[in-house]
Amino acid sequence: MVKITVDMDKCQHYGQCCFEAEDVFALDESGKLVYSKEADESRRADVESAADVCPMQAITVE
Amino acid sequence: MQRVVIVGAGLGGLRAAESLRSAGYSDAITIVGDEAYLPYNRPPLSKEALAGGVDIESLEFRRKASVDDVEWLLGSPVVGCDLAARTVTLDGGASLDFDGLVVASGIRPRRLPIPGPAGGRFALRTAADALAVREYLIPGAAIIIMGAGFIGCEVAATAIKLGCSVHVVALDEEPMVRPLGQELGAAMRRRHEARGVRFHLGHTIVAFTGDEHVRSASLSDGTELKADIVIEAVGSVANTEWLNGNNLNLSDGLLTDSCMQVETPLAPMVAVGDLARHPNALFGSVPRRIEHWNIPTETARRAGPTLASLLAGEEPDRSPFIAMPAFWSDQYETKLQSFGMPGIADRTEVTSGSVDGACIIEYFDATGLVGVIGVDRTAELAPYRKALLARS
Ligand SMILES: Cc1cc2nc3c(=O)[nH]c(=O)nc-3n(C[C@H](O)[C@H](O)[C@H](O)COP(=O)(O)OP(=O)(O)OC[C@H]3O[C@@H](n4cnc5c(N)ncnc54)[C@H](O)[C@@H]3O)c2cc1C
Repeated sequence: MVKITVDMDKCQHYGQCCFEAEDVFALDESGKLVYSKEADESRRADVESAADVCPMQAITVE
Repeated sequence: MQRVVIVGAGLGGLRAAESLRSAGYSDAITIVGDEAYLPYNRPPLSKEALAGGVDIESLEFRRKASVDDVEWLLGSPVVGCDLAARTVTLDGGASLDFDGLVVASGIRPRRLPIPGPAGGRFALRTAADALAVREYLIPGAAIIIMGAGFIGCEVAATAIKLGCSVHVVALDEEPMVRPLGQELGAAMRRRHEARGVRFHLGHTIVAFTGDEHVRSASLSDGTELKADIVIEAVGSVANTEWLNGNNLNLSDGLLTDSCMQVETPLAPMVAVGDLARHPNALFGSVPRRIEHWNIPTETARRAGPTLASLLAGEEPDRSPFIAMPAFWSDQYETKLQSFGMPGIADRTEVTSGSVDGACIIEYFDATGLVGVIGVDRTAELAPYRKALLARS
């Protein structure tokens, strides 16, 4: 399992992560980030890409 | 055992190393950087880090485990390169051999030769710059910002929040007019003016007065402005001087092909980030340099496999390069988010909301939609981004 943490103090809801792994990250109707705390191992590369493209560098992947 | 040397320890340099590793390159990598720090995030330097205090450690990028064995030579400017001999020369005279070279040395702020004292004139690119500027941003300080691009406007917003008095002097007719267009540029000016920023548009600074430290600035219209410091954000120059003498196209940054390879018979070589002038199949065949934060990562994703193939004696994948330029900007409570290249548009349309509030603006040229900007409407941009991707 891939473990995902987003530092919500840093997150500015730019939603760049959503384009890399849309099954894991999404913006809700009010524009706030929602995400799954776990993803299947097969999703690791995309989840890591999502962490890479976060402008605020708020995403940690374990 | 082969060795890749990466020149520039910024975002592009780091991502290039990671991309080489994920492309299967497992030999040596040396990253040489002139700054004293491991790669860190620059955008906060004009925004929250400048407002709150510049803590470099908290800005450092997380590095993937795959680059744990990379050798870092920090505080070490590269001053020359002999592609035929496959060496780079460090300040101090030492040289480093390489089998493959990654150019990731980025850009630096352009400085204008203006008569008067040099003290108190700053530019903002590095953490060291931000630390120096931060000291002066105290309540009541008189700040002059030269240039009304993103960095100038973000610094203006930050300085206002910190209680400074802020004047922006720029030749453009509106702030950020090239990337945003007239209508949104004017709306952003009104937002800044409502917070107290004073603009002197269509003008420039012709001289500074003061002994060693700037005390005031004279504008081209005769206005005299008091200044405790001046922050100059008037464009950039690519850091490519160290590559001179190798018969490369250094006319505006470093020219690459669609797989980020630099055309030279002398050595396997790629370029990434702000200085790479590369084609992008989404926007025709004209190679462009794009100074957006997402580009170092996108170009490195392509450059890593290219260099790994070249070093393995294989032909790299030369299919078209497709990367969606994306930028964001934070000014006061306003968040701008852009996709595509609004700067090349000749027509805009506000499709939702009004430019003085939250809105979405579409940008067109003869080929159709070329860009979209959301003002406080980030969550609604996905369909536009998809339409832009469909251009390829
Ligand atoms: C204040 C500021 C705010 C920004 N805000 C935003 C934003 O909100 N949104 C956005 O999209 N983009 C923003 N950007 C742009 C973004 O940060 C850049 O696009 C990105 O940093 C480019 O990465 P790079 O690796 O190409 O270059 P850099 O990060 O500049 O890295 C290049 C490194 O190489 C070093 N170097 C140069 N020459 C040599 C040499 N001869 N030898 C050794 N080392 C050398 C440099 O000192 C530097 O450390 C901002 C930039 C700044 C400065």
